[in-house]
Amino acid sequence: GPLSERPLMQVRLGELHTWISTCDFSPQGLLGAAQKAWNSYYAKYINVRRGGHTGISMLLAGYCLLSYSWNYQHFKRHRWRKYH
Amino acid sequence: MLSRLVLRAAPAALRALPPPPVAVGVLHATRQLHTTQQSLAPLPPLPEKGGEVRHGLIPEEFFQFLYPKTGVTGPYMLGTGLVLYLLSKEIYVVNHETVAALCILSVIIYGVKRFGPDVAAFADKLNEEKMAKALAVKNEAIEGLQAAIEEEKKEQWRVEGRSYLFDAKRNNVAMLLEANYRERLMMVYNEVKKRLDYQVAMQTLKRQKEQDHMIQWVEKNVIQSITPQQQKESIAKCILDLKALSKGAHAAV
Repeated sequence: GPLSERPLMQVRLGELHTWISTCDFSPQGLLGAAQKAWNSYYAKYINVRRGGHTGISMLLAGYCLLSYSWNYQHFKRHRWRKYH
Repeated sequence: MLSRLVLRAAPAALRALPPPPVAVGVLHATRQLHTTQQSLAPLPPLPEKGGEVRHGLIPEEFFQFLYPKTGVTGPYMLGTGLVLYLLSKEIYVVNHETVAALCILSVIIYGVKRFGPDVAAFADKLNEEKMAKALAVKNEAIEGLQAAIEEEKKEQWRVEGRSYLFDAKRNNVAMLLEANYRERLMMVYNEVKKRLDYQVAMQTLKRQKEQDHMIQWVEKNVIQSITPQQQKESIAKCILDLKALSKGAHAAV
């Protein structure tokens, strides 16, 4: 289909630049994109008949990574060695 | 009289009124019309299992993405290299939180591995019960409606027999009328016969009386006409006859 309607996973690396230019970066657009992303994740991993721990554990792992990256400046001060 | 005048003037007065406002049509047009093909029921069924995930954290699509270029071990090499890089450059700093995370994660993983299937079976059972209840309600509703359809068909079949019912009723009424008519006919016949019998009895009585009277009169006259002389002659003749008869009887014996 046309470039602007394709989801991110089906955009090739070369077309990424043009794809980003067709994005809608207004608040409503960003909110809509976030909603779509959550909906697709939810439909694929959580809203199933026989789900497991996978859906939530991936969310928690992502949360751990995010919070580590937000506190990276604090962790940098507790390194074991000065020179790597 | 005055009321009739008022009634005659009413249509003219109504035409003189202003026409009713057209807002009624506008009000209806603002309601939602079902013009799309989408329908909310029945919903498509939920997928049976979620997306494939390896080691509980990394989706299968990542492995499939790297497989053509690096084969099976590619993602694992990538992971190992990444971990070593992060540790050696101390982008990931090992501190007390690492130890805490290891302990917590090991406990959680042990718990999930040990009690996972039981909890899953219990949750499935709850779901099954809910589904069974909903299905039971739906099936009951369907059965009730089908029974209603059967009853309706039966009633429709019964309606066809109406003509027979009416024929039977008509026959009954006709029979009653016929019986009544015959009863009355019988009554008429009896009454007429009674009257005619009376007339006949009267006539026979009259004739009998006339006959009796005539016989009596004739006898009376005959007895009156018998003179004493004729009586003596007849008695002497009878005696002579008797003697002759007795002689003949003696001779026969």
